[in-house]
Amino acid sequence: MSHQLASDEISFGSQHDDSAFYAMVKKVTIILSVITVIELCMGLLIYKIGEGSSGSILLIKGVVTILSLAKAFYITSYFMHLGDEIRNMIMTIVVPLILFVWFIAAFLIDGNSWKNLRNTQAGSRPAETEQTAPAPAVPQGAEK
Amino acid sequence: MATAAIPAGTKWWGGGKSPFNLSYGKLMMWYFLMSDAFTFGAFLISYGTIRFSANYWPDPNHVFNAFPGMGHANLPLAFVSLMTFILIISSVTMVLAVHEGHKMNRKGVEKYMFWTIIGGVAFLACQAWEWTHLITGDNHVLLNGEVVPLGTTVTMNPWGPEVPGLMHDGHAVTLPGPVAFGGFFYGITGFHGFHVLSGVAINIIMYIKTKLGHFDQRGHYEMIEKAGLYWHFVDLVWVFVFLCFYLI
Repeated sequence: MSHQLASDEISFGSQHDDSAFYAMVKKVTIILSVITVIELCMGLLIYKIGEGSSGSILLIKGVVTILSLAKAFYITSYFMHLGDEIRNMIMTIVVPLILFVWFIAAFLIDGNSWKNLRNTQAGSRPAETEQTAPAPAVPQGAEK
Repeated sequence: MATAAIPAGTKWWGGGKSPFNLSYGKLMMWYFLMSDAFTFGAFLISYGTIRFSANYWPDPNHVFNAFPGMGHANLPLAFVSLMTFILIISSVTMVLAVHEGHKMNRKGVEKYMFWTIIGGVAFLACQAWEWTHLITGDNHVLLNGEVVPLGTTVTMNPWGPEVPGLMHDGHAVTLPGPVAFGGFFYGITGFHGFHVLSGVAINIIMYIKTKLGHFDQRGHYEMIEKAGLYWHFVDLVWVFVFLCFYLI
């Protein structure tokens, strides 16, 4: 019964022939592993260079982010077989995700602006040199 | 990319056929995963907003540098890369299980589902160890004028800037860091861990149903595909959790 239902409505698209399938799995596994290793090396590079948000650290972080997006592409497109689906179907998944462009940009900019407003008391005084350490915590009992 | 072989001139919207060439269940799984992506995205973006608004944020390489059985050795990123590879490998075994399902090979599905479940359990075990280590760790923090040992919790973050020149038992003493760190870390990795947990539960149910021969009776292994979509999504989310908490 349900057998009929599945086969009438859908022509299973992902019936790859075996050798091509295993070659694909092997390729994607290697790509994901290599990208992860590169990401780890970059993470350690950030550790070696040290803290602070200098330009080179920001650049490394940007590259790591792009590599993560590449991993996301390989997982969805090959492991989840989204690449094998019909174009219209792919678009109903991918197009709404464009909302993330605004989502990420707007909120990170907002966070940054919040920091600047706080550091300059809403523009009433010039920004001090980067505050790396907050003032030592005032003992709570001392205020009472 | 191998696109499904569709005869030219197919009238997709003429009725009687799925316009997306997908079953209802798989399509809805995709839409559920998309909405879940926005949930995770919102969590990670709120974390990013707070982090961008802070003048100081702990360096993940200092926080996540422990490895089970290695004592106080400084091994940044080592344990989390093990967790990442466990999840990638369990994703690969899931792909193979789905493929065996296409071939209606029950033994193959059982074998790969078993290894996928093992991978999921291993990941959860790693996360349990990592959380325990962070919560029970005693970092020396200068709090209210006293040096006290503190762990990372949702209300306390010992990973603040170092106090210059102050040492305790050979370790640098720090100030408390931004409190939001623990909340975001435990909240987001916990939400992801809960997805892994439910994924393992779903995979165990699928394993039992395969063993009982339900999918052979049904004539197709589409449930394995749906469970597979969910499992790959868990791996996908980890890519971004890994990126946001451990790498940058």
